[in-house]
Amino acid sequence: MAIAFALILVLVVIGSVLFHVLSPWWMTPIASNWGYIDGTINLTFWITGAGYIAIILFMAYCVFRFRHQEGRRAAYQPENNKLEWSLGIGTTVAVLALLGPGLVVWYQYIEVPKGAAEIEVMGQQWQWSFRLPGKDGLLGTSDPRYVGSGNTLGLNPSDPNGQDDVVIDGGDLHLALGKPVKVLLRSIDVVHDFYVPEFRARMDLMPGLVTYFWFTPTRTGTFEVLCAAFCGVGHDAMRGSVVVDKESDYQAWLQKQHTFAELSARAKKVNLPQ
Amino acid sequence: MVDIGAAEAIPSAEVEDVELYHAKSWVTKYVFCQDAKVIAIQYSITAIGIGLVALVLSWLIRLQLAFPGSFSIITPSNYYQFVTMHGMIMVIYLLTALFLGGFGNYLIPLMVGARDMVFPYVNMLSYWVYFLAVLVLVASFFAPGGPTGAGWTLYPPQAILAGTPGQDWGIILMLASLILFIIGFTMGGLNYVVTVLQGRTRGMTMMRLPLTVWGIFTATILALLAFPALFVASVMMLFDRVLGTSFFMPAIVQAGEHLKYGGGSPILFQHLFWFFGHPEVYIVALPAFGIVSDLISTHARKNIFGYRMMVWALVSIAVLSFVVWGHHMYISGMNPPFGFFFATSTLIIAVPTAIKVYNWVLTLWRGDIHLTVPMLFALGFIVTFVNGGITGLFLGNVIVDVPLSATMFVVAHFHMVMGIAPILVVFGGIYHWYPKITGRMLNERLGQFHFWVTFLGAYLIYFPMHYLGFIGVPRRYYELGETAFVPASAATLNVAITAAALVVGAAQTVFFFNVIWSLFKGKLAGGNPWKATTLEWQTPQTPPGHGNWGKELPVVYRWAYDYSVPGAGQDFLPQNQPPAKQAPQAAPS
Repeated sequence: MAIAFALILVLVVIGSVLFHVLSPWWMTPIASNWGYIDGTINLTFWITGAGYIAIILFMAYCVFRFRHQEGRRAAYQPENNKLEWSLGIGTTVAVLALLGPGLVVWYQYIEVPKGAAEIEVMGQQWQWSFRLPGKDGLLGTSDPRYVGSGNTLGLNPSDPNGQDDVVIDGGDLHLALGKPVKVLLRSIDVVHDFYVPEFRARMDLMPGLVTYFWFTPTRTGTFEVLCAAFCGVGHDAMRGSVVVDKESDYQAWLQKQHTFAELSARAKKVNLPQ
Repeated sequence: MVDIGAAEAIPSAEVEDVELYHAKSWVTKYVFCQDAKVIAIQYSITAIGIGLVALVLSWLIRLQLAFPGSFSIITPSNYYQFVTMHGMIMVIYLLTALFLGGFGNYLIPLMVGARDMVFPYVNMLSYWVYFLAVLVLVASFFAPGGPTGAGWTLYPPQAILAGTPGQDWGIILMLASLILFIIGFTMGGLNYVVTVLQGRTRGMTMMRLPLTVWGIFTATILALLAFPALFVASVMMLFDRVLGTSFFMPAIVQAGEHLKYGGGSPILFQHLFWFFGHPEVYIVALPAFGIVSDLISTHARKNIFGYRMMVWALVSIAVLSFVVWGHHMYISGMNPPFGFFFATSTLIIAVPTAIKVYNWVLTLWRGDIHLTVPMLFALGFIVTFVNGGITGLFLGNVIVDVPLSATMFVVAHFHMVMGIAPILVVFGGIYHWYPKITGRMLNERLGQFHFWVTFLGAYLIYFPMHYLGFIGVPRRYYELGETAFVPASAATLNVAITAAALVVGAAQTVFFFNVIWSLFKGKLAGGNPWKATTLEWQTPQTPPGHGNWGKELPVVYRWAYDYSVPGAGQDFLPQNQPPAKQAPQAAPS
């Protein structure tokens, strides 16, 4: 029994390692500047993995070596200060080795580089909308109470900065390759989360607040957006797309988009005949 | 130096014997009973009963994930209701109630050498209020619109808005049930704490308490300090839902309609919830830590290694658990520099936790290991707990949490560390103490079968699940559908996980059969079948009678871990065994 148990523990360890090595499941290929996040995950994986393997194998050894046999008697050793403290200190060192790099990368994560273009992501049950600052480079103010016909994002109609904002309601968000963006996030109903696994970076949309994160797209392509904060029965259908373009393609796409002023003028026209 | 292991008669304050309430009728003996042992059984049966509902719900969740859309009864609404109720039942109504109300009630008075809890009447009330909370919870399944499907974290605004299942009655009943639970728990919790502090028998110093008592004691203090945060959050949300206040509700436009809320803060709820919610993890974990320490020591016939360090590790984990709640909110949009603080405090808590793990395995070192069924479960706990603990180092380190948060990695992590690990301890504890509770042994063969299927099966469920999270599969998805970055093979993995989950769930029938069959046909246990040192095994009767100790309370002369003491004839010395030399005058009776 003891031998079988020890053997199974060893097999659990070997099986876990083999699963990691052989299985096809790992992080999706990255498409942003956040290689450091992947680096920190890998560092954590190897340090903690080594600890896990060591502890389980040691346990397997003990179960085998000190299994009950006729005449065996356990040792009597209540404490061993030196051993306890050195294990404690060793663990502290390992933990600091994880924490240090983690905090450095977190600092980079929350410090937005100068020159990052601001864009806005707005969530509501169960769809995504986007807004770009327009020619003046400034996003106009907004508030849920402005939401209405022709103003699905709730922009402040009397804010001059908002008139040239590019509003994308129901379409894909396009981003230019290699340009850092600061993503401002806003919700007008419940908590959502703007999750594009390939970008690694993300943040919740917290109603009542404007949250943010930043990243630089490093690979062209179309990337799926999922909502990753439970937001009601349609949660799993709250999808969108981010398209990362070369600069020329991006500019071509941008020309075809409409500003807030155009959209509100159009809404007025539609409403007039009634 | 504290007198670790030194056996000497400690002249301590006289413990006055208490006047017990003696039941006069069947109703006061078995229904509104004031005997902690009966209350423990009531708590345990109720908790396990409602836990079985959670088990069935987990099957339904897994069936949907493996075969999306194949079952007409699993609609998106139902799915989220199952997920919510499964989580809430497991964390609160099963694990918290079972460890504190079940194990706490049975073991505290016996292990500290008391006749009963210090406030038996309040203890009885505690159970019946808990029972009422469970009834209200169950009622929500039958209410119009069904139970809430807001996720067990009940985040507003969605928890009380249309678009979330159970918005009519489910959420109201859920909040009412939580409020009742907390009231009931507070009555029991005060009892456990005061009994440990004031009800110990002569010679039972704090540093002679078995770690089981330390674990339950610190967990109860945590719960008494943490549950009030959930209490106020529940009351405030109930007001938002019923009275139209806006504690947690900012200005909202839902489906084009401007709602009458405004000015509140949904993130405030998250702070209150996790100020409770993180200590809650340790409310479940600390009793498991304590129990597993005693199981390992007893069945390895060796003192627990580093007893004082184990006590201080428990206490420091308990203290630290109140300053780490923000790690559940790294990407919530709270002030980003908080990430530095919460990541640091969270990773610091790994140190005392790791020390506990080291001391468990070092207790095995040079032991005399009996692979009894309780021991199997204890060792299985170490594997799953270490596995789940290290993934906590991923999620606790703020930047690593960013891509993994709210994915299946999180689901795998917390099931491993606070689902499977504590449940293995629950089973270990039941196999260990069943002989004391019933006077009969559980069947060993069935127990071994139960262990292997549960342990290996659970590992097969949750180890691969982490990898779904690495891919980026989000949690709380009714259907993943076509998602570009998820390979088709992930669906196969989901089927395999579901198969394992069905087998593990079904294997629990073996356990229930064993518990019932052994009640009548199990081998007679005698008073101390495991040759254990702690007081509950030294009672004059098995099962212990009303008042536990016959005429005289036991007197304690030594710590709880005198196993294989050099020079002693047998390999254990019970806590109430006087030192050899002073034997004649030490026994006061």
